[in-house]
Amino acid sequence: MSKANTTASELLHQIQAECSRPWTLMEVCGGQTHALLRHGIDQLLPETITLIHGPGCPVCVTALDRIDQALALAQDPGVILCTYGDMLRVPSSGGRDLLSLRASGADVRIVYAPLDVLRLARQHPERKVVFFAVGFETTAPATALLAQQTLEAGLTNLLLLVAHVRVAPVLDQLLSDPACAVQGVLAAGHVCTVLGDAELKDLVQQHQRPVVITGFTAEELLQGILHCVRQLESGRHHLENAYASAVQSGGNPGAQRLLAQVFEPVDTSWRGLGLIRAGGYQLRPPFDRLAVQPGHGMSTNSDATASDACPSGLVLQGLLRPSQCPSFGTRCTPDAPMGAPMVSSEGACAAYYRYQR
Amino acid sequence: MTTAEGTIQLAHGGGGRLSQQLIQELLLPAFGPADGVLHDAAVFASPGQQLAFTTDSYVVRPLFFPGGDIGRLAVIGSVNDLAMAGAQAIAMSLALIVEEGLPLTTLQRVVSSIRAAADQCGVKVITGDTKVVERGKGDGLFINTSAIGVVEHGQMIHPPSVHPGDVVLVSGDLGRHGVAILMAREELGFRCSLESDLAPLHSTVQELVGEGIALHCLRDLTRGGLASAIDEIARGARCAMELEETAIPLSEPVRSACDLLGLDPLAMANEGRMLVICPQADADRALAVLQRQHRDACRIGSVQAALAEASELDRRHPVSIRSSLGVLRPLDLQRGEQLPRIC
Repeated sequence: MSKANTTASELLHQIQAECSRPWTLMEVCGGQTHALLRHGIDQLLPETITLIHGPGCPVCVTALDRIDQALALAQDPGVILCTYGDMLRVPSSGGRDLLSLRASGADVRIVYAPLDVLRLARQHPERKVVFFAVGFETTAPATALLAQQTLEAGLTNLLLLVAHVRVAPVLDQLLSDPACAVQGVLAAGHVCTVLGDAELKDLVQQHQRPVVITGFTAEELLQGILHCVRQLESGRHHLENAYASAVQSGGNPGAQRLLAQVFEPVDTSWRGLGLIRAGGYQLRPPFDRLAVQPGHGMSTNSDATASDACPSGLVLQGLLRPSQCPSFGTRCTPDAPMGAPMVSSEGACAAYYRYQR
Repeated sequence: MTTAEGTIQLAHGGGGRLSQQLIQELLLPAFGPADGVLHDAAVFASPGQQLAFTTDSYVVRPLFFPGGDIGRLAVIGSVNDLAMAGAQAIAMSLALIVEEGLPLTTLQRVVSSIRAAADQCGVKVITGDTKVVERGKGDGLFINTSAIGVVEHGQMIHPPSVHPGDVVLVSGDLGRHGVAILMAREELGFRCSLESDLAPLHSTVQELVGEGIALHCLRDLTRGGLASAIDEIARGARCAMELEETAIPLSEPVRSACDLLGLDPLAMANEGRMLVICPQADADRALAVLQRQHRDACRIGSVQAALAEASELDRRHPVSIRSSLGVLRPLDLQRGEQLPRIC
């Protein structure tokens, strides 16, 4: 057994030794949910620790009307629709996804870096190139850079369908709910590498609950859980950084500047969660001229909210365990997903299905 | 198979669950093998000797990648498929589907590479065909090769020969071909020195046979990677299997590229690695042969109890994998293309 694994078992022992009462923790990021289940950490922790899976899966929370709009745009032969690979399998309100549109001829491209979209727009001046920009503050700075360079280059055929979301406002809203059982938060390390810890400090103050910045390996996750349990056991609540190898208190000032220059916070509808105050980003002037307008490209009015039968909102708030959903594993599987959490590589339902919880 | 939308998706060719469904539900009903065995090559009797036959089509972008090219791949791929039935390739057909506009120098390079690989593997290209398709109707060059091999031993090397108690060996580190191809595509925008593992396996197999090792099953780990291969063997053998995650050899570049992109290294393609499943009693000798070719060859798991009911395979994953913390989880197949995650 390697050194890292010995440390992981030691951490488990420490958690077992120090945990005297039931505690409910929420890991924010879907990547963390998958790692916890993949390593079997959920089965190794003391039974008194309950893990609730948070809303940090960008694919899962992207509003259905945005997905419908992306599909409508992709069906226009004059459009090249670019997005991250993970978005291709998310079902729209009509049940179709970008992958099946691509199979029937739509020009849908997977991009790895938003600046690739700039190159595509230059190569295809006769077509509209639309970037479906999704993700938390981790991916938003790259979209901001794309917006800046598009204006600088004077490109008129590149448009942005922005569905970026912000992590602190949604946590604030979830923790404000009196029904919320979460006693401690394992914050997503990736977002903190960009934003630093300022917003999380406010969150701790506001909600009087411990927040621990946590990484993604088995050892980092166990560190985060241990720190969180220690605070809870001793009745303290403050912000701790258990992912110091990657996260600095100030975050990445360059990325923060880009975000501030290009975007402004806006009340945003999250799939399954409803309207989150300041929960997303929109392009601010002069970048807003690149924005695809709401409804643009849609042939009919979307009845997106009406047809979303999946209770993903309850899952994303930790109110429903994926395996407790009546459709889980029967009507809803990764092969025939009803909702985004069963599709995404970071979705909680996909993790429960994959690891048979 | 969900045919509601009635179109083939890329994932139907990806070696994962959709590929399995296409074979099980559309191809097998039409052509199901008489002996019910699905393997990399079919063995059949002909007067005087046992022969094996295989065919494969090769589609790869870019045509030239670190560690190989489509021509070398097309020869070695079919030679390896025959080797998995314990057969030595003797003759090969070569069909080229060329897109209008492909530079002749490119075709010349590929053909030279085919010749060199065929010489290396001791197989002769004895028949062929060339078709040209209109610009835009092909990705530069597609190749199909079919190969015939001779079987010079009495072993039945295929999934039904696998038994509880057998051990699972792998012939080297995994995922190099898949990651090298991803890196070679410009869209990722980063470079590393990783080369494809593309290599012929026939001489290693001959050595294993020569050592008198009871080879219950061999499988080269191409598209779909280890995950697909082991799942297919377990289903064919109707046995549960267990793998040790910490034992599975991965090079650092493969591990970090997969971490970064959110891809599963166990589902990444290989072109020069195989699984060897043999009785426990032969494992050490088999491993010694494999390690002479590649120092990372190792034992990664074992065959568990037989599954009495075929229906058990519909409900559950036949293969489990033990995490570094000692917890067993089911080894799931890729459902479609591997798509990089967002953050």
